[in-house]
Amino acid sequence: MTHSLPPDPSPARLRLRLTGRGLWITFLLVPPMVVMAMFVVYPILSALAFAFFDWQGLRRGEFVGLANFYKVLFQEPFASTTWNAFRHNVIVFLTLMVVQNGLGFVLAYALWRELPGARFHRIAVFLPVVLSTVIIGYLWKLFFHPIFGAVNQTLRAIGLDGWAQPWLGNPDTALPALIFVNAWAWVGFPTLVFLAGLQRIPTELLDAARMETDSELTLIRRVIWPLIAPSTTICFVLLFIGSFNWFELPYIMVGLDGSPFGNTDVLGLYFYRTAFGNQSAGVQDFGMGSALAVLMFLFIAVVATLWTLHLRKKEIEL
Amino acid sequence: MLQSITKAALLLTAATIAAPIPVSAQDLTFWSWRQEDRAVYEDIIATFEAANPGINITFEAFEAASYATVLSTALAGETGPDLMMVRAYGAFEAVAGAGYLLPLTTADVPGLANLPAAALTAQTLRADQQVYGVPFASQTMLVIYNKGIYAELGLSVPQTMDELLANAEAIKASGRFAFANGTATAWQNETIVSALGSSTVGADFFAEVQAGTADFTDPRYVAGLERVQQISAYFPDGFTGLDYPSSQQLFASGLAAMFAGGSFELANFRSQNPDLDLGIFAAPGMAADDTKLVGLFFDGGYAGNARTAHPEAVKKFLAFTATPEFGNVFSNRLRNISPIPGVVIEDALLQNVADLNQNAVPYIMLTNFRYQEPSGSVLLQAEVQKMLAGATDAASAAKAVTDGIATYHTPFQK
Repeated sequence: MTHSLPPDPSPARLRLRLTGRGLWITFLLVPPMVVMAMFVVYPILSALAFAFFDWQGLRRGEFVGLANFYKVLFQEPFASTTWNAFRHNVIVFLTLMVVQNGLGFVLAYALWRELPGARFHRIAVFLPVVLSTVIIGYLWKLFFHPIFGAVNQTLRAIGLDGWAQPWLGNPDTALPALIFVNAWAWVGFPTLVFLAGLQRIPTELLDAARMETDSELTLIRRVIWPLIAPSTTICFVLLFIGSFNWFELPYIMVGLDGSPFGNTDVLGLYFYRTAFGNQSAGVQDFGMGSALAVLMFLFIAVVATLWTLHLRKKEIEL
Repeated sequence: MLQSITKAALLLTAATIAAPIPVSAQDLTFWSWRQEDRAVYEDIIATFEAANPGINITFEAFEAASYATVLSTALAGETGPDLMMVRAYGAFEAVAGAGYLLPLTTADVPGLANLPAAALTAQTLRADQQVYGVPFASQTMLVIYNKGIYAELGLSVPQTMDELLANAEAIKASGRFAFANGTATAWQNETIVSALGSSTVGADFFAEVQAGTADFTDPRYVAGLERVQQISAYFPDGFTGLDYPSSQQLFASGLAAMFAGGSFELANFRSQNPDLDLGIFAAPGMAADDTKLVGLFFDGGYAGNARTAHPEAVKKFLAFTATPEFGNVFSNRLRNISPIPGVVIEDALLQNVADLNQNAVPYIMLTNFRYQEPSGSVLLQAEVQKMLAGATDAASAAKAVTDGIATYHTPFQK
């Protein structure tokens, strides 16, 4: 009957816990916490601290309070650059939400229904996801080459000469081209997540639903979509974070300046060239760069958290 | 047996520890972003070490794109090199302004006295007017042309803007691209303007801008931009989407006859296609007797770490980098133009560049307006990109550049 004894509150017993299992847990927890503190918490906090100072090159100048934040948000010409970049991030997010996640769902549904060639397509769709962004960027940059690129060559070959254009140099097509490449490369990810969600739906539940309705659309809307809510939470929130942290692909394909003349500029590029300096054009400003980093971090963290909570609540309701 | 081995080992250890460390040994590290020049630098260092026993220099090169970050991190962490290559102008001030560099005087580096003032400006901190680096190379913005194509079509080096346009038309008619230039890589727009527009703008304008008595809305500068716009009709189809490496390839492969850009392209074109017969010229102005001008800037310098343990050895090496002996090796083996007077350039093409440098105007956004954001370069690159894409005109572009710089440059505030 030892289990019915009241717990011993004496310090001796506590010490025992720390030397036994407690010590083991502490031993396992401390190293990752130290690593997290050194490489995640400390850099974030120091970026936060940097943002409140004036910087002359590498030398930290005087404390300037919120001046750097004011500059990037409200002082011209920096403010228009910030808002222009932010606007592009929003466009990227909304478009990818429809194209990447939407197509991802459609593909997942097709694979789940085991249409002909499903096994092959399951691999084919996911293949670009494992490719490095650098390779994807260079590959598509070549495809979009105005003179020798496969895209223009194909258009010319089928008589659509008028459609051939400098895709990455035309202000109207540069951002859509980047978004297209991102969707091409990443559509496999939401597909896989949605497919996993779909495969978790119990067959008997679907059979029962099919007895109620003949319409595939009603089935998707009323039964399947609500049941894969956890998958949508993952896809939506990760896409949101990815869209507002977007950097590698535009950096490789259009460069640090968001060519042509800021039409593909996003917050990631603006942050990088402000904080580290664009060797062939600009001057580095740690203070403003840090302010941008802090604002981006806060925006992404707050919105992603609130949105996750909101989406999670929906999952519970069902 | 074992005992005697142990004894011997102990004795050897004791002897090693007790052996007098040569007091004169001064080990220096030298950082550079020129990985491709390692062999030449090691030879240069060997020459220096032979003349200065006791000083040992280790050359370390880093990737050019991340060099600034690597160097600044090391200097901030007080682990930087004794000797280093530093950039020029604004990027130089980012390092020198933080107090990381050893100030240099003509007493330490006698060669400084002979260097041209424009070269020294590139390595001078504006705040204290002190020189911190020995400038090592100049770069020139000009037109590089394919002599083979020019000869085949019976063309000659243009003396007026109309002749340049006529040449371009003839090249286009022969089924080639007249110019290889594209504008997708932002900084290319700045080099294009300097290479093609300087003679139209004229030297007086640049002097006045530096003196603060003119700004970029000046009709002379606007005319320069208009000429560039006019010439862009002879850039390749879809040039707004053509990036820097693609432009280089178009020229190196012989598909295009001219390239408006920097003298630093010459080495690259020669290595990509050794059969190319290269020529250079300064883009002409409207009239044949307008002075033909190139854009000029100084590229970087050699500097010493203010916290080095061996300041005398560092100064000795820096003094060596300012001698004609060093300049000769630099110009003839690294194929760059040393600003040191008395250097004899063996390469005919490089000598041509040096001749063109006699009539040069500053590569103005880098030399004067790349110290603060928004830098003149950021503004000009975006505005010219926009202008050549047909989304703005020369006058509006010039005004946008001036207004941007005016946010911090008082002479432009009217």
